[in-house]
Amino acid sequence: MRNFLTAMTALSVGAMASTQAFAQEVRNPAAEWEELWNTVIIDITIIGVIMAIAAVWMLIKYRATSPDQVGTAKRLTTVQAISFALIPAAIFMADDFYLAAKGWTVWNAYRRVPENAIEIKVTAYQWYFEFEYPDGTETEELKMPIGEPVVLRMTSEDVLHNFGVPEYRVKEDVMPGRITYIWINPVEAKETIVQCAEFCGQNHSEMTTKVSAVPREEYDAWLAKIAAED
Amino acid sequence: MSTPTTTTGHAAVPAWKEWILTTDHKRIGILYLVGAMAAFGIAGLMALIIRLEQMELGMQFVESGTQYNGILYFHGAVMILAFLIPGLTGFAANYFLPLMIGARDVAFPRINAFSVWLFYFAIVLALLSFVVPDGPDIMWTGYPPYSVTTSANTSMYVFTVHLLGFSSILGAVNFLVTVIYLRAPGMGWNQLNMFVWTTIAAFVLQLIFIPVLASAVTLLLFDKYLGTHFFDPTEGGDVLLYQNLFWFYSHPAVYVIFLPAVGILFDIIATMSKNRIFNYKAAVYVGIWGTVGISGIVWVHHLYVSGMPDWIRLGHMVTTLLISVPVGILTLSMWGTLYKGAITYNTAMMYAASCLYLILLGGLTGIPLALPSMTLHLSETSYVHAHFHFIMALFAAFALFGGIYYWFPKMTGRYADGPIATVSFWLNFVGVNVTFWPLFIIGKEGMPRRYWDYEMFKDVQIMGFYFEDFHKVATIGAFTIALGMLLPTINFIYAAFKGKPAPDNPWNSKSLEWTHTASPPGPGNFGDTDVVLDENWSPYEYQK
Ligand code: HEM
Ligand SMILES: [Cu+2]
Ligand SMILES: [Cu+2]
Repeated sequence: MRNFLTAMTALSVGAMASTQAFAQEVRNPAAEWEELWNTVIIDITIIGVIMAIAAVWMLIKYRATSPDQVGTAKRLTTVQAISFALIPAAIFMADDFYLAAKGWTVWNAYRRVPENAIEIKVTAYQWYFEFEYPDGTETEELKMPIGEPVVLRMTSEDVLHNFGVPEYRVKEDVMPGRITYIWINPVEAKETIVQCAEFCGQNHSEMTTKVSAVPREEYDAWLAKIAAED
Repeated sequence: MSTPTTTTGHAAVPAWKEWILTTDHKRIGILYLVGAMAAFGIAGLMALIIRLEQMELGMQFVESGTQYNGILYFHGAVMILAFLIPGLTGFAANYFLPLMIGARDVAFPRINAFSVWLFYFAIVLALLSFVVPDGPDIMWTGYPPYSVTTSANTSMYVFTVHLLGFSSILGAVNFLVTVIYLRAPGMGWNQLNMFVWTTIAAFVLQLIFIPVLASAVTLLLFDKYLGTHFFDPTEGGDVLLYQNLFWFYSHPAVYVIFLPAVGILFDIIATMSKNRIFNYKAAVYVGIWGTVGISGIVWVHHLYVSGMPDWIRLGHMVTTLLISVPVGILTLSMWGTLYKGAITYNTAMMYAASCLYLILLGGLTGIPLALPSMTLHLSETSYVHAHFHFIMALFAAFALFGGIYYWFPKMTGRYADGPIATVSFWLNFVGVNVTFWPLFIIGKEGMPRRYWDYEMFKDVQIMGFYFEDFHKVATIGAFTIALGMLLPTINFIYAAFKGKPAPDNPWNSKSLEWTHTASPPGPGNFGDTDVVLDENWSPYEYQK
């Protein structure tokens, strides 16, 4: 009994420690997205290839040789009929739940914002984005310090927009009356763009600006310079 | 189209008047077909302009973003509302459903005539958007606040939806009553054609869900013109309300299109393979009705990036993935119907065979989109655009074209098959792949939908090619399809008058529209004797 208790204590302490480690680990949604994409593509390619081969094989093999020939498929017995519904349904559902579980894991990476993430406010207008940094500096492009997670709290002053950064594999609508969020883990130096991805009128295709991940010193210097200019 | 129906007893009425005043379900079907094909032609032209504009960086063909948006609005709204839905539940259902169940007409022929005229008014109203200076520019989804704050004419969108919705609701009541009460004596529920089942399912969906769409667009009208604030957050409204109402209808609406297309395919494949439907009861009760059952609880997959609460997005991930069960069962039945068949190839069967490819490609590329985590990037990209064109636009259009070739001898007494038909089939099949595969590829790298320019991607390369290169290929594909669609249209008109004469049952089908009627069927469809069936009869029984 004593042994058992010790073992349980050791286990639970271990579990707590690992949860904590888990909470502190900062995930990289963009990389996880790419991995999930590969898994899903393999999954659907297998199904697609099997079904396509079956179709082509039957379309060739079962050509009629004379005009009065008829098909010779037998009527299914009740047991066969039910099996041919239940077994495929079970297989499809197994695959569905497999993908749902994987998808959920990646979803959590996207939606759970790391503690201490730098909070930047985004406001969308027809047809530009405005960024407000923690020190109150306002800019029209997004810079992030490398290695520090950034959370964007977003709203719109007019119609629907969407803040989409293809390089970081993320987007979310921006709308009046509500605040939405995304977070980004800028693991390495990068220069890319954000695009508006929700229809917003005449210049929807031109609603874009720069997004970059730069070293911390460069980030600080840039913010200081803009603050000084104002 | 010709005027095939015999006119005995109406000799004094001029032909044009007879067509306008007709209450005959077959003529109403032809009127739907002509209207739908006209809508398809014009909306197809708009697609060509869109593809031309996207072919190169910058603005070349349109004069402003607003003009581009108006064209894109027209393409989307008209293809869905005035081509596919009326083509399938208007033309095909009107002409063939009564024949397939042994009925002499629909239950309410005058209401039926009213439906087709509402449809024509809607097309005219949609076309007027090119005439007025401020045609709608709000995409077929019409999301507020933009649709309320735009200076363009949102009311035309609302009234087009009202007219078509009214037309569809009347059609739904009419056809449900027809199937319930006017089946030939002896015809049990398990003896219905697959097309009849899928059409009933589509009309049940219309009856349940159209009122929701109608209410959404009506509130939009109030907000824009009467100063209410249903969707205006500055006055206590909510922008997400509209999106939820819209997709609560519009996801089921994709099945209003998908299911009848599946029904046509089953009928072509069974007839051309001389085989019974594989696992008929599973296909009907699990496949078709399972799809109907699940259709009302998956709409948030269109709102995965709309800022909905996380738990709803995850819940709809599970329900959306589960669509694979009924749709998978339908697919298996389709495949199984080929098994041990005796397949004859003709234009109809070629379109049907290509639909097997389209349903695989379009259906399977929907699986990544069912996962919210994947859609966080893929949403609103040309990946989505390619997905829904394969599964909805192309799959249903190919099924409808296959159906026209299949039933052409019934409607006109002549074949539409021939070299033009074969060549245009191949143009279409190659064309859709050349058009939409490149869009999958650049979509995955971020190419957005609804863009006339993509300057921000001008340096991005995939496998050594720029986005522009992919867009050029897609534009070539679109023109290939245009040729592939123009040729058969001319061919149909020619074949209707001069085509090779066909017997009453050229495909040796066992289905009632072929075995019991002349080609084309006269008034009342079945001559002097009513159709009476016994319990061993089946539209798919070839082995006797
Ligand atoms: C069966 C026939 C289907 C039809 C007719 C269809 C049609 C459509 C249409 C029209 C859209 C785009 C709407 C828009 O944004 O304007 C769409 C998107 C979508 N489809 Fe399908 N689809 C079908 C099958 C599937 C399947 C099998 C799945 C997944 C299991 C799926 C998942 C999705 C998702 C999740 C979206 C939303 C993507 C986004 O907003 O980013 N669809 N579909
Ligand atoms: Cu926009
Ligand atoms: Cu949907």
